Amino acid sequence: MTLVRSNDPERRRAALADPVARYERMYEIRRFEDRVNDLFARGAIHGTTHLCAGQEALDVSLALELRPTDTVSATYRGHGIALALGMTVHSVLAEIMGKADGCTGGVGGSMHLSDPDVGLLPTFAIVGAGLPVAAGAALAYQTRGEDHVAVCVFGDGAANIGAFHEALNLAAVWKLPVVFVCDNNVYAEYSRIDLTTPLSDLHRRAGSYDIPGVPVDGMDVTATRAVLAEAVARARAGEGPTLVEAKTYRFAGHSRADQATYRPAGELERWRERDPLTLARAELLAAGAASEDDLTALEKAVGEDLDAVADAVAALPDPEPAAMFRNVWAAA
Amino acid sequence: MARMRVRQAIAAALADAMREDGSVLLFGEDVAAAEGPFKTSEGLLAEFGPLRVRDTPISEMGFVGAAVGAAAVGMRPVVEIMFMEFLGVALDQLVTEAAKFRYLSNGRVSVPLVVRASIGSGLGFGTQHSQTLENWLTATPGLKVAVPSDAQTAYGLLRAAIRDPDPVAILEPRALYAERGECVTGEEGIVPLGTARVVREGDAVTVVALGQTVRAAVSAAERLGTGVEVIDLSTLVPWDRDTVLASVARTGRLVVVEESPSSGGWGSEVVSAVTAAAFRALQAPPFRITAPDVPVPYNRGLEARFSPSVDEVEYQLKTYLDTGEVPDPWWRREGVAA
Ligand SMILES: Cc1ncc(C[n+]2csc(CCOP(=O)(O)OP(=O)(O)O)c2C)c(N)n1
Repeated sequence: MTLVRSNDPERRRAALADPVARYERMYEIRRFEDRVNDLFARGAIHGTTHLCAGQEALDVSLALELRPTDTVSATYRGHGIALALGMTVHSVLAEIMGKADGCTGGVGGSMHLSDPDVGLLPTFAIVGAGLPVAAGAALAYQTRGEDHVAVCVFGDGAANIGAFHEALNLAAVWKLPVVFVCDNNVYAEYSRIDLTTPLSDLHRRAGSYDIPGVPVDGMDVTATRAVLAEAVARARAGEGPTLVEAKTYRFAGHSRADQATYRPAGELERWRERDPLTLARAELLAAGAASEDDLTALEKAVGEDLDAVADAVAALPDPEPAAMFRNVWAAA
Repeated sequence: MARMRVRQAIAAALADAMREDGSVLLFGEDVAAAEGPFKTSEGLLAEFGPLRVRDTPISEMGFVGAAVGAAAVGMRPVVEIMFMEFLGVALDQLVTEAAKFRYLSNGRVSVPLVVRASIGSGLGFGTQHSQTLENWLTATPGLKVAVPSDAQTAYGLLRAAIRDPDPVAILEPRALYAERGECVTGEEGIVPLGTARVVREGDAVTVVALGQTVRAAVSAAERLGTGVEVIDLSTLVPWDRDTVLASVARTGRLVVVEESPSSGGWGSEVVSAVTAAAFRALQAPPFRITAPDVPVPYNRGLEARFSPSVDEVEYQLKTYLDTGEVPDPWWRREGVAA
């Protein structure tokens, strides 16, 4: 049985220590996104969704370098991060399908995943809103003398909103234990980064706040992991924030309806040659950690298990009307 | 007169205003090359070029503020806020800067700025992309606020807003963008700010609705047969007291239908003003049909229950007309919440 079927977040997360399990998780995320896409296309999910295919290496690296007691603020493009951190396929898919069994009982949906047990704050649908909040979590750790770290993942587009600058400045001047991870996937909705931003190397903005700014190949799980490890260690040691820029690419359109017709011809294909799954797979084979047959069997099993969980989730009940009245305030 | 979708009516209003007046500009996220996230600016970049139709970075405070500045020195910018929630990061520029310049300049600085934002539930966009939030703005002296309910009002209110010398927020129910309706364009199609419209006549009860709730109110009225007068308030600031009061004088009853949570809703303003001005004309207590005081839930079924449905409006109106009493909302009747 693959980890997909596990309903134990702790076990799912701990397994990532093994390189084959890391690949399994990346593959699971990819298959999960395909499945979500398909469910939307068939009208089984309403609203909108933002797929993270292409960004799996970053998602898994984060989960590897963080402890469940650390805090992650992520964006609406958060299915992969939620799964990487250990949230179960059942809980995440059920939420996206609006089921009572979802992580917020069906009132949140695709853009609003959360689970304090794995350190994931409710994901942010307002661009940039997660940066100051992550700084605030870090402030709490610093004040209480804890060695926890807060990480905020945000897009390239978010680097243009005031919250980005205010959060970096605050974190820098207070030396907060926070890692700002810019997932530079080239596009913000339909706009290429160079049309809205005068520099495409966003890590250079760290210079304005006198903190380290580090670029990394976000398609490569090993490289990404190494850069994050250093930034997290710096934060844990009380040395302050880092801005990490992971160079990635958004394989899907921005959201459900977007066919990404604005992409220049050939661009997607070029990036696909550096698909994080292909790179991670080749690395495993080269290291002799698994054979071609092992990986093919694993992929098949992950796909089958995912189908089984998805079918089970689809059959779950919707929430009762009373669900919308819960959690507006603390229970009396 | 032409049949068009609400989003096309908005694009038509922008195009007509830009042809008429070279100082009209449009900015927002993906409004130019992509022609708008909701396709409300189709054809505008091609016709008016990149100086007048601009894609912005994701910098709401920056570009709303830039629009305030441009307006203060003589342009007529229209700014698009994709989802009204994103106005949160730019509220200072609209509420505390734009809406105060005239007052603070002894009347010498005008800010003829239009902020368009999409609002409302019904499309499954989740809590942070489904709120109506007109109440963020209605308590702001110096700012006008209007909400279209169909293609004609989408065209007409926007044209009026662009000509208006003061800042105006036009809040567009996004669930209506794809709706089709008849629309008169040009001078005749302009809908003056501050005028409500009687969409359906009746003599037993006045129902005041706005934006998305106009449809629910009209459908419920049709099911109930004669007697229900439905008014589309159209503009919230300044709202058309005369039309509402004249109607209540005839019907003796007032019901307001709002999409927002109950607390702090604009309907309280209408009920309070009508009660004060026409207490003796009222034959029963006026009341409001609203959403419950909860965030907009995501699940399809829950979201459908959040906003006043046709069934709920019908039930409320029928009970009110039959008994003269104010009925409980569904969540109290069903024992789901207090
Ligand atoms: C304050 C705010 N403005 C606008 C939006 C609409 N919006 C949602 S996603 C998005 C693009 C974000 O791009 P980026 O930060 O690069 O993240 P990506 O989607 O590429 O992961 C925009 C403009 C929003 N959610 N919040």
